[in-house]
Amino acid sequence: MALTDSVRSSMTTATQHSQTATRAPARRRALRQALPYLLSLPALLVCIGILIPFFTAVYYSMMRFRLNLPMLKGFIWFDNYISFLSDGAFWNTLSISLIYAFVTVTGELILGLGIALLLVRPTRLNNAVSIMLLLPLMTAPALAALMWKLMTNPNFGILSYLVSLLGFENFKWASDPSTALLTVVLVDIWVYTPFIMILLLAGLRSLPKQPFEAAALDGVPRSFVFFRITLPMLMPYIITATLFRLLDSIQQFDIIYSMTQGGPGDRLMVFQVQSYLEFFQYTNVGRSAALLIVLWAITYALSNLFIKHWLKLRERAHGPA
Amino acid sequence: MNQISTFERIVRGLLIALVLLFFLFPIFWILLMSFQTNEQILRIPPSLFFEPTLQNYVALLTGRLQTAAGNLDIAFMRNLGNSLLLSTSSVLLALALGVPAAYAFARYKFRLGESIAFTLLSFRFAPPLLVLLPLSLFFRQLHLTDTYIGLIWVYQLICLPLILWIVRGYFEDISPDIEHAYRISGHGWWKTFRKIAIPLARPGIAAAGLLAFIFAWNNFIFALILASASKQPVTVGALAFVTASGIQYGQIAAAIVLSVTPTLLLALYAQRYLVEGLSLGAVKG
Repeated sequence: MALTDSVRSSMTTATQHSQTATRAPARRRALRQALPYLLSLPALLVCIGILIPFFTAVYYSMMRFRLNLPMLKGFIWFDNYISFLSDGAFWNTLSISLIYAFVTVTGELILGLGIALLLVRPTRLNNAVSIMLLLPLMTAPALAALMWKLMTNPNFGILSYLVSLLGFENFKWASDPSTALLTVVLVDIWVYTPFIMILLLAGLRSLPKQPFEAAALDGVPRSFVFFRITLPMLMPYIITATLFRLLDSIQQFDIIYSMTQGGPGDRLMVFQVQSYLEFFQYTNVGRSAALLIVLWAITYALSNLFIKHWLKLRERAHGPA
Repeated sequence: MNQISTFERIVRGLLIALVLLFFLFPIFWILLMSFQTNEQILRIPPSLFFEPTLQNYVALLTGRLQTAAGNLDIAFMRNLGNSLLLSTSSVLLALALGVPAAYAFARYKFRLGESIAFTLLSFRFAPPLLVLLPLSLFFRQLHLTDTYIGLIWVYQLICLPLILWIVRGYFEDISPDIEHAYRISGHGWWKTFRKIAIPLARPGIAAAGLLAFIFAWNNFIFALILASASKQPVTVGALAFVTASGIQYGQIAAAIVLSVTPTLLLALYAQRYLVEGLSLGAVKG
């Protein structure tokens, strides 16, 4: 890099000499040094405008701030956070968010890995199937939830009908507290399993062939090959896909909001739905912001882990950057 | 691995059929519903055979909905237009901002460069509401609530990181030697960037643009919080429509079909690129 740079600068200065003034090269060099900043500045500026609300949110989270009671507005340090500790609604939110993230990602991982293994040979049929599986992933999650809402309608929903054939009369899906979680998890799995499948399929197909050929020659049993060769070699992909999905899943809003708006009762009050309602229904800005900061802390820790793993993968795919 | 018994072949075939059934049936079923009258939808047991009707689509296209309570105006076509406008202009803006930045990150090692790149990436992972709720208060003060510009600006949170990281990967894969050769023959930086770098990275730029379009189109939460009724895209509009029309199931199904068709067609068209795009270029097949 340094070498090519010096070559390049000597080239430009050479052409410059033949042309005109002595001050021009210095200005050119300054311009060249500023170039990367100039190129990335517009993108950065657009995003800085978006960073300001972030700091505002941190500030709000330490305030008593209700839109309907403006005269009570005041700085209260960490009282919003402290009040969470003794607040059942907060613990409900935390636990349902964690359960939701854990159940969806586990389900998607198992299904996604299974399907990827099923489709690993690049035959024409398998490729066509893996393309078809992109469709749920490319459906807007909010609209996917509406689709499933129509299919689970108690009066005419095809799934309600099928389940009643199996002997579950009056299966209420999302409107029953005991099956609401199951229903939204199902939608999440429908939308996002293809994501994990695609990443793992790409991973599986990029694995070196030799260990598998050697194992086949030696007649090693398949379960051994799977657990001792395939799985360990695939692990970086699995970890990346899992972290990626965990980050999204713990913040899930679209599916749950479109399906039940957090209900029935407070059954599905995950972080973002709860803080949305705190803000718009109870106009309690301070509490809503504090909830989001707690969520942000969780995702920040996860995303650092994610970026580390993802960079490793990226390096492997591109060669060291 | 080469010899596959007939039994295994059958089991694999069955499993693949099950997978396809689970993942494609909902789309198929909603498509069927969109061609049914309410009476046909409410019939039990549900049937695959019925006389298809276009009345749901006609109602949506003309914007008049006949209900038992009388006529209802629906703004669904407007939502569709909003989605198109918002997604297209967001992607174009993100390309204009993101491609030069991606080039800078790929070609120059500069201080702040990596940290800027990571700041942009980390937007992808922050809870959107954290930024949206304060923004909703600002938007009211700045009178941006009822504008497309405000939304297009905020949509950069979705589009920019995607474009930046995918296109950066493409630039990194192109050897800088070609650009050097072109510059040595006396061409300026800008011309090199325009005539050499961009054309070579075009597949990556196209992939990133398509994917950004799909994500912008599918976004729900940004517009739910920031868009006024007349600026809402289909994702928010469809939910409002469900609440308003109540039991017009056929029209709801037709609205969903119209809303998802553009992204699904784009996805099928661009499937080669999606794998890379989805992993932000981490996995190269």
